[in-house]
Amino acid sequence: MSNDASSTSRKRRAIHPSIVRLTHWINAAAMVVMVMSGWQIYNASPIFPFKFPYTITLGGWLGGAIAWHFAAMWVLVVNLLFYLAYGLFSGHFRRDLLPITPAGVWHDVKAALAFRLPHALGHYNAVQRLLYAGVILLIILAVASGLSVWKPVQFQTLAWLMGGFDSARVVHFLAMAGIVGFFIVHILLVMIVPKTLPPMIIGGTVEDAEVTP
Amino acid sequence: MSLIRPPRPSLDDLKPELVDLERRLFLRGSLSLGALTMLTGCNLVEGNAVDKALMAMSRWNDKAQAWLFDPNKLAQTYTKADITTPFPFNAFYREARAPVVDGATYKLEVSGLVADKRMWAIEDLRALPQESQITRHICVEGWSAVGEWSGVRFGTFLDRIGADRRARYVGFKCADGYYSSIDMATARHPQTILALDFGDDPLPRKYGYPMKLRVPTKLGFKNPKHIAALFVTNDNPGGYWEDKGYNWFSGS
Repeated sequence: MSNDASSTSRKRRAIHPSIVRLTHWINAAAMVVMVMSGWQIYNASPIFPFKFPYTITLGGWLGGAIAWHFAAMWVLVVNLLFYLAYGLFSGHFRRDLLPITPAGVWHDVKAALAFRLPHALGHYNAVQRLLYAGVILLIILAVASGLSVWKPVQFQTLAWLMGGFDSARVVHFLAMAGIVGFFIVHILLVMIVPKTLPPMIIGGTVEDAEVTP
Repeated sequence: MSLIRPPRPSLDDLKPELVDLERRLFLRGSLSLGALTMLTGCNLVEGNAVDKALMAMSRWNDKAQAWLFDPNKLAQTYTKADITTPFPFNAFYREARAPVVDGATYKLEVSGLVADKRMWAIEDLRALPQESQITRHICVEGWSAVGEWSGVRFGTFLDRIGADRRARYVGFKCADGYYSSIDMATARHPQTILALDFGDDPLPRKYGYPMKLRVPTKLGFKNPKHIAALFVTNDNPGGYWEDKGYNWFSGS
């Protein structure tokens, strides 16, 4: 390491640490497989009066979709646990996602709707914090309700918490709907602010402007 | 304009053909998304690499589920008020094609790693201690229904025929051409029964007369109906749906 980070220049830090980038893309790939195969599984016995178009589903038939779903499940869950452990122990959650206050979210929502919300690389505004923390909780809910649907006998306490087998299917569906909703907003925002995409792929650093309390 | 319309084919009539079509689409569906792995240079022209990987994961999931399976954990039981009426009919054929089995001449065949291979008539099975359960039948498709089944605890029956306790599988052959198999731990689970009654009556034809396996710790397709023969073995006998690609263990 060079020593030219003198007292006059601030330290630089990663916009997205490599572990965040890695787990982000593994999660994205696993989630696409989970959602598309999940739609095919849903179609075998819909709980609402509609089916998903066959062409946007994965697996070809119920057995194929289940094979995809329960293969990608391991990738999703192992990656999620790794990310959660990293987030908790590295300070990533505390530093980048918290705090989320109603006042802060309200302030930034108003600013965003007026197109006056600054988007500083390496720093999440309150709307981003809410969305990212929210989708993490939705993924955890999707896993918990999914385990209840998969193993209502072995994980019967979890299934009971979900309101029983049939109710767990509804929770699982709603968690999926929330995640897909996040996905759409997320993609739209990246299209509006495209400079946010490269740092999530190739990394990069920003000057550490954080004021230590 | 004639008021008499020709009979329209029902979806049930087409079900076997649809299932076959779906099976072929399975390969095609895998191929299109399998294109993702083109990046790694795999040859996907035959769609084999993806299907093989998926089936390898399915075998891994069999192991994971066997490890998760707690032989003492009971499926939730319900009251008579919870029973789903009418209980849905489900098979790979429509209801009218359910097999007709003559209970008077019926004899259950027993073979494989067992000490006693004599055949069992309905009365012989009814002479064994009977148990009842009201449990939830969960279909691989996602729907579920609560029903009441009574019959012989399968563990008791396995003891009577002197089944090898170290054997790994029990296989079933059915009067309708269906076949399936389960692991020995599930076979000995206290809620796994050879069901002879549905509700207060003998099992009706549509639900598997004269005898079906009721396993509340497995998905519906692992509950074979109209069982004509069973055998104890160390070679996984597979099953009608399992051999088409459904996960073999399919535990609940």
